Amino acid sequence: MAENFGQTPSQTVGPYFAYGLTPEQYGYPLKEIASGRLASEDAEGQRIRIEGKVYDGAGAAISDAMIEIWQADAKGRYAHPADPRGSNADFRGFGRFGTGTDPDNRFIFDTVKPGASGDGQAPHINVTVFMRGMLVHAFTRLYFSDEAAANAEDPVLSSVPADRRDTLIAQRQEGPGGVVYRFDIHMQGDAETVFFDA
Amino acid sequence: MTDPTGYTPRDWGSHPPYIYADYKSTPLRGPTRPLVPLKATLSELTGPVYGHETIGKLDADLTKNGAKNGEPLGERIIVTGRVMDERGRPVPNTLVEVWQANAAGRYIHKVDQHDAPLDPNFFGGGRCVTDSEGRYRFYTVKPGAYPWGNHPNAWRPNHIHFSLFGPSYLTRLVTQMYFPGDPLLALDPIFLGTPEKARDRLISKFSIDVTEPEFALGYVFDIVLRGATATPMES
Repeated sequence: MAENFGQTPSQTVGPYFAYGLTPEQYGYPLKEIASGRLASEDAEGQRIRIEGKVYDGAGAAISDAMIEIWQADAKGRYAHPADPRGSNADFRGFGRFGTGTDPDNRFIFDTVKPGASGDGQAPHINVTVFMRGMLVHAFTRLYFSDEAAANAEDPVLSSVPADRRDTLIAQRQEGPGGVVYRFDIHMQGDAETVFFDA
Repeated sequence: MTDPTGYTPRDWGSHPPYIYADYKSTPLRGPTRPLVPLKATLSELTGPVYGHETIGKLDADLTKNGAKNGEPLGERIIVTGRVMDERGRPVPNTLVEVWQANAAGRYIHKVDQHDAPLDPNFFGGGRCVTDSEGRYRFYTVKPGAYPWGNHPNAWRPNHIHFSLFGPSYLTRLVTQMYFPGDPLLALDPIFLGTPEKARDRLISKFSIDVTEPEFALGYVFDIVLRGATATPMES
């Protein structure tokens, strides 16, 4: 069948997305569909925090980016009909956070560590980056520094030039509040994060 | 129906580039290295699911969801259309989120310092879910143009921001809908960053059929997302 309709072009999320897409985080009176909190206190799995900043080509932390994450639950299952193992109703696996409310312009996600989905991929989280000044969103992935063996076998990570793989590895830190994985996103420069044509 | 094994690629001939010099925030923010090809895995064939349970009863009526003591000022409009894939197949039950300036060209966002009035009866954000035929529908007021700092005397054309998920992680789209005949379109680097052949897809069409007599003007804006492929994409 012919593809008769051209894709609607992407446009930037702009500087004023917050009251539409992350309203509660920014204090606007609209219920938000997703936030930085993906898992409740009693969610099954290892509770982790993911935090990082988004840096521009001048090394400045960007204050008007929006990060979305999409992940499997602790058993590696996705809450979506295309995952034949069935969904976990208690864990939707989607988070959204703007970098404009934290004093240091961090994004912060409280979630559970995803399990491996059983198809040879290491545990990972899909990350989408939006911001003023970007007309098209960018896809990247977050892997975990304490999964070295699984990371070495991961087909997607293996497809990335070896000297750039580190840009996709979140670094585990144990803090007083629990486990934090640090994942900074560099839009440009020597440490430019790998972005995918997915 | 079999599960999709992939989606058509992002058509880079239809989307703007990451770096478009006339839009002056892009040169320091867009990736500069080639994107690494990624063949879809389960992680990309799945994606967030938000259905009708997500929607509050006034969420799709921006003329009411921010009202405090009256109706918002401005030209009342209806914005509707079909969400579909490149083959014209509907994308049902998918979340459509919108946000926009008020009729005076002022966003409620705290960062917006444009010297135009806020409207106590207009918030500017809303959402709805497409029906079984992929149709969505909002009531709102026509957003005003507003100045921005990109270059001297820069003004954004009237526009409404749209955010859609579609059926998978790969079908995500954030875009802007414009209005027909707007003289600012020819001067706007965000619109002009789009390849010329695809720009018209961002402009809604006035429709007398959608227009409600004695009430509101109608605009139609169809949205085309990447479509599922039946066989794995060849690299």
